[in-house]
Amino acid sequence: MKPLSLSRSDAGSYPDDAMSRRLALAELKERWTLLGLTLPGFALVLLVLAVPLAWLGWMSFLDDGGAFTLANYARLLKPVYTSSLLTTFQIAFCVTLACVLLGYPLAYLLSQVPERTGQVLMALVLLPFWTSVLVRTYAWLVLLQRQGIINNTMLDLGLIDQPLSLVNNFFGTTVGMVHVMLPFLVLPLYDKMKNIDPQLMSAAANCGASPAQAFRQVFLRLSLPGLASGVTLVFVLSLGFYLTPALLGGGKVAMWSMKISDTISLFGNWGAASALGVTLLIVTLLMLWGLRRVFGIKGGY
Amino acid sequence: MLGLNKTVTPTQITHGQRLWLYALAGLVLAFLIIPCLIVIPMSFSASQYLEFPPREWSLRWYQAYLGSPEWMAATWMTFKVAVCSTLIATLFGTLAAYALAQVRGGLAVLVRGLIMLPMLVPIILVAVGVFFVYSRTGLNNSVSGLILAHSVLAMPFVLIAVGNGLQGFDMNQEMAARSLGASRTWAFVSVTLPQLRLSIFSGALFAFIASFDEVVVALFIVSGDSSTLPRKMFANIRDQIDPTVAAVSTLMIGLSLVLLVVMQRIKRRQLEETA
Amino acid sequence: MPGQIAIRDVYKHYGAFTAIDHVSLDVRAGEFLTLLGPSGSGKTTLLNVLAGFIRPESGSIRVDGVEFLTLPPHKRDIGMVFQNYALFPHMSVAENVAYPLRLRKVAGAERDRQVRRALDMVQMGHLGERAIQQLSGGQRQRVALARAMVFEPKIMLMDEPLSALDKNLREHMQVELKRLHDRVGMTTIYVTHDQKEALTLSHRIAVLNKGRLAQLDTPDALYERPVDRFVGGFIGESAFLPVEEQGHQVLFQKRPLRLPGGSVRHPGRAHVLLVRPERLHWQPVAGPEAMNRIDAQVRDVLYQGDSFHVGLALADGSELAARFLRGAATPTAPAPGQAVHLWLHAEDTLLVAESA
Repeated sequence: MKPLSLSRSDAGSYPDDAMSRRLALAELKERWTLLGLTLPGFALVLLVLAVPLAWLGWMSFLDDGGAFTLANYARLLKPVYTSSLLTTFQIAFCVTLACVLLGYPLAYLLSQVPERTGQVLMALVLLPFWTSVLVRTYAWLVLLQRQGIINNTMLDLGLIDQPLSLVNNFFGTTVGMVHVMLPFLVLPLYDKMKNIDPQLMSAAANCGASPAQAFRQVFLRLSLPGLASGVTLVFVLSLGFYLTPALLGGGKVAMWSMKISDTISLFGNWGAASALGVTLLIVTLLMLWGLRRVFGIKGGY
Repeated sequence: MLGLNKTVTPTQITHGQRLWLYALAGLVLAFLIIPCLIVIPMSFSASQYLEFPPREWSLRWYQAYLGSPEWMAATWMTFKVAVCSTLIATLFGTLAAYALAQVRGGLAVLVRGLIMLPMLVPIILVAVGVFFVYSRTGLNNSVSGLILAHSVLAMPFVLIAVGNGLQGFDMNQEMAARSLGASRTWAFVSVTLPQLRLSIFSGALFAFIASFDEVVVALFIVSGDSSTLPRKMFANIRDQIDPTVAAVSTLMIGLSLVLLVVMQRIKRRQLEETA
Repeated sequence: MPGQIAIRDVYKHYGAFTAIDHVSLDVRAGEFLTLLGPSGSGKTTLLNVLAGFIRPESGSIRVDGVEFLTLPPHKRDIGMVFQNYALFPHMSVAENVAYPLRLRKVAGAERDRQVRRALDMVQMGHLGERAIQQLSGGQRQRVALARAMVFEPKIMLMDEPLSALDKNLREHMQVELKRLHDRVGMTTIYVTHDQKEALTLSHRIAVLNKGRLAQLDTPDALYERPVDRFVGGFIGESAFLPVEEQGHQVLFQKRPLRLPGGSVRHPGRAHVLLVRPERLHWQPVAGPEAMNRIDAQVRDVLYQGDSFHVGLALADGSELAARFLRGAATPTAPAPGQAVHLWLHAEDTLLVAESA
């Protein structure tokens, strides 16, 4: 369908297909040159991480002789593993719950105070974020041990007669993990809360809601997506966490990540370890997907 | 008095009515902060055992740290690995971020997803995977192996930081430079790169910390002589050796604070520049 | 003089959407040509194809005989001015303008001289050391101009450069641009959606509609003899009134229309009568045989200071507007509700085809 062109001129141009080919080629070349810039990073991750993980995943289906087997996964039905899975979920659940109870009020206050105070408080929340997990976990070890500060203080105050066993158990692990995970809940929640228009609360008050009602029906509702993101993040991170349970669990808290570590370092059993790893990945993905369905969130990790 | 009757919310709540909130938030903040700082005074204790407050003050644990060849070797190793992996991660990550900001399509999504993978996978699996491939290729217990592994862990941070910087950058400037006669590469170097330097620097900062603090992967792939500082600390904590760890921790906290301040400075600079 | 452009059959699509639908046009050396059209018409895409940032699927663009489409942007010797100026914030005004000269390896003193000359031409000579952040919108626009001109490119491309400025500044800059072009004389391709701007600045205007070239003509010809409803409606104010075609005759309100001498009817397409508000008269000033009558009823009368804007409606519901200068001929305006006769010169009676 030729257009109305008032200045039709003589030709003198290339035949269409030769030019089209050149142009298409040049377009491809430009695209691939750009993508080529990602090659070093891509290759590095591929070789150091992606291929090994895929290989390990593959190996989880092989036995020592190289034949296909589901034995590695069948092993996971043994009580030592099922109870480990249960423990892992219990810890993740408790950690998440504690983070919500402690983190929501903090995030709320952070989002409501004036700018200057908010910045100072935020810096305080970010400080643990920037401190090495190892250092923080060590600090908890020191705080919670039998001759640790908490026990000593309570003994001195006469609150208890005997030092409590606060570490090398479920409790200690949970406390340590809550400390690590709390910023991960507070930050997305704060982000969302900051964007809630205070005028909405005034409007609610105008309509006759008491402050508590206004909070429940307006603010709380609007903050839920941020809470959902935080909860999902914390839960999923807790499932696979290693460092804090390793140091604060005393070997008695059998988290899944510990099992993976032991299977490699103590038994050198790649097949079993990779089965454990694959299982962790699948469980993590399932929880991610499931939690997102429940909360109805979209968007990136 | 004390302004307790001043209303502070849109729903007319006063400071006085909210005291419980302030108390609760204060407790949570204390919960967050105290463990970060508690190690500091303890590192100055003269006693063999961890105690708080210290009965006698002393610098012996600092002397133990600075005077120990193993600790110093571990520190040096950690710095070496952190600097090298930061350089690699920053270079590869910046190039990738630049490319991914301009290319659309499935392949770009795949590349981005893969480079972000180390951040999404639980660290224990990363450690196992790396350990596995290093066992096969003899890279275990090697400095270069650790550098490569840390680069992989650090790249996502660079990708995010530089990616954010590019989002706020007006690509028209590169096009203008090219229309004025600059080749694509030169346009990037002379126009885009100078304006990205804050984002690149903050990405590099995150990369450095990620490598410096990293312990789980190091746990698997290095030990003994080629230990990193966190690796050695982990061993000491687990085996309950002595409070030297407290001194090292304090120094590490100091480093964190310094980096945090630098980061805030960068953020402020960034806000100024894009105003 | 260099800078003659021959665009042939350029075709660009994004999936199912055709951005440029086989457009061909010629640009004369030294000409100021505007690409005019609504958003999505393809004008910015075509400009970017000329600049080299978008590659078409097929077609050819030859500048002084040299094929452009196979050249990368930095080898095309074009100066480009962007809508948001795209100045380099990490360089001063003078450094921005010096950038293309450095790329061309122009030495120190000569470079400074050329920078100075370019800045003087846009009245920014005294602000060379300023940082970009300190400049106003109008000043930034001038620096962008200076930077694009300083190396004396063969062709200037401008992508709605004035649209970010407020009305007064924009009109002032239009005059300055026109003067600048008269003085320097390089081929300029200008993109805008503002038809007034196009009419003011251009030697010729290429009106684009949905990726196709609707009409390429001088501003005068476009206004007086639009080729279809789209062009007629896009340029200037207009009303479109239905007509009946019966064989050789065209009827309007049941009466045969007197049409101008060169009036063209396109076979196979419907036509409408295009009426410009300022061409309507209260009286048959040239005699009833040379004029067409329009019977309408006055809807509203808007007083505009120097003129009246009268909204009218025909019996069939079609609306049109008439504009009358206040003067001796029409001291007062008609009243709303009044039935009136309006007269249109045969020469001003434009029959245009419905758009394709």
